[in-house]
Amino acid sequence: MTERSPEETVDGAPPALEAARITKRFGHRLVLKGVDFSLAAGERVALFGPNGAGKTTLMRILATVSSPSSGSVLVDGIDPLDEPLEARRRIGVVSHHSYLYDDLTARENLRFYGRMYDVPDLDARIVETVARVGLSARLDDRVGTFSHGMQQRIAMARAVLHDPELLMLDEPEAGLDQDALDLLVELLREPASGRRRAALVVTHHLDLGLSLSDRVAILVDGRLVFQAPSCELDPASVRQFYSRHTASARSGRKREAAVR
Amino acid sequence: MNSYLNKVLAIVGKDVTSELRSREVISSMFVFALLVIVIFNFAFELRVENKEAVAPGVLWVAIIFAGMLGLNRSFINEKDRGCMEGLLLCPVDRSAIYMGKLAGNLIFMLAMEAIILPVFAAFFNLPMFTPRLLLIVLLGTVGFVAVGTLFSAVAVHTRAQEIMLPILLLPVTVPVLVAAVKATGDLLSSTPPTTEGPWLGVLVGFDVIFFTAAFLTFEYVFQE
Repeated sequence: MTERSPEETVDGAPPALEAARITKRFGHRLVLKGVDFSLAAGERVALFGPNGAGKTTLMRILATVSSPSSGSVLVDGIDPLDEPLEARRRIGVVSHHSYLYDDLTARENLRFYGRMYDVPDLDARIVETVARVGLSARLDDRVGTFSHGMQQRIAMARAVLHDPELLMLDEPEAGLDQDALDLLVELLREPASGRRRAALVVTHHLDLGLSLSDRVAILVDGRLVFQAPSCELDPASVRQFYSRHTASARSGRKREAAVR
Repeated sequence: MNSYLNKVLAIVGKDVTSELRSREVISSMFVFALLVIVIFNFAFELRVENKEAVAPGVLWVAIIFAGMLGLNRSFINEKDRGCMEGLLLCPVDRSAIYMGKLAGNLIFMLAMEAIILPVFAAFFNLPMFTPRLLLIVLLGTVGFVAVGTLFSAVAVHTRAQEIMLPILLLPVTVPVLVAAVKATGDLLSSTPPTTEGPWLGVLVGFDVIFFTAAFLTFEYVFQE
């Protein structure tokens, strides 16, 4: 497996994401230890890593929800510290949480988020997006009455409602059936405003990650230990590499606990 | 500016629609305020000579503690299902979130007061519906909610949220509460009102200070 620098861009556009020397400290614990990461415009990257590796922390920083202890982030060439609203406008996020309000209907939830993103022609866009996720018949039902899978579908509709250039997904496969997973892959492959949408997918599902990404990255113990184009990898070797690093991270944590 | 206002209205609309469906906030505030009024009414065995002295305190105890219940719930909806993170991901100025939540909390408090004031007037047999008294109630509520919305956002990040809010909020709002009680007392006293003017000024002053301080500092609540 060969590592490669992921600096290349599509059509000369700035990278969708660029993070340099990101560290994040929670109290005495250093969760991210100088992560350098770049996502070219239109590129899709799957980020793997064992539990506690810092994947969600890294994603929260890249999504501008959390700030790094040190290091810098650029979203589509924009520094979120200088222009936070412009940077956030370019990002759509699907997380473990649906970000939906139980007491509101699917339409009301999407209308709320659509207004927050200044989506033009909002009502038509809501109908179109909900049709894409196959829940048109439930558009006027309260989200609190939906199953987890249905809520995740509406969460996907929410994330692409404003047609973002960059999608970030944090373990989106949790609780989804095969149809919903297929839909997720389709949504990721859909272009945004006529150009290929960039995506960062944090997942434990190796096959899903490999099938929908151009590049794979593995984060272990707050460090990016491996990056390679997906086409050069076979699932078995990634699984082997991943298991080896997961095991070494686990034994490291045990050693740390024993020292304490 | 239109986009800013649209986002503020979207947050208010979302909160009001949620509340109309669940009726969690207003009903709990109303029941609590009603209990306070009924209990104090019987506890003090009100007679003409003491009710004017006691009534302002009872009214503001009912309003403030019922309001505290509402403020405690203010950011709970956002916490459920990670909606606060969803809101923070939106390209919206943090001050617009504050303005939206403030307006929503104010609507709930004023709705509760609209129900409780006639009940209070009936129990205490006092003229509650004079423009000056309504102005005092409005100003006291605005000052309380302005700073309460800020502290409610702070408290929602803590484990002991329902204890933390009163601990943070009550000491800070003492000037508003004292001014509101004094202004209400002066207005309800049987002697002609002469001194509510200065207290009204104090109320307006603290409303402006509290609102400005909360508006400017709200974004820091969400910084780690």
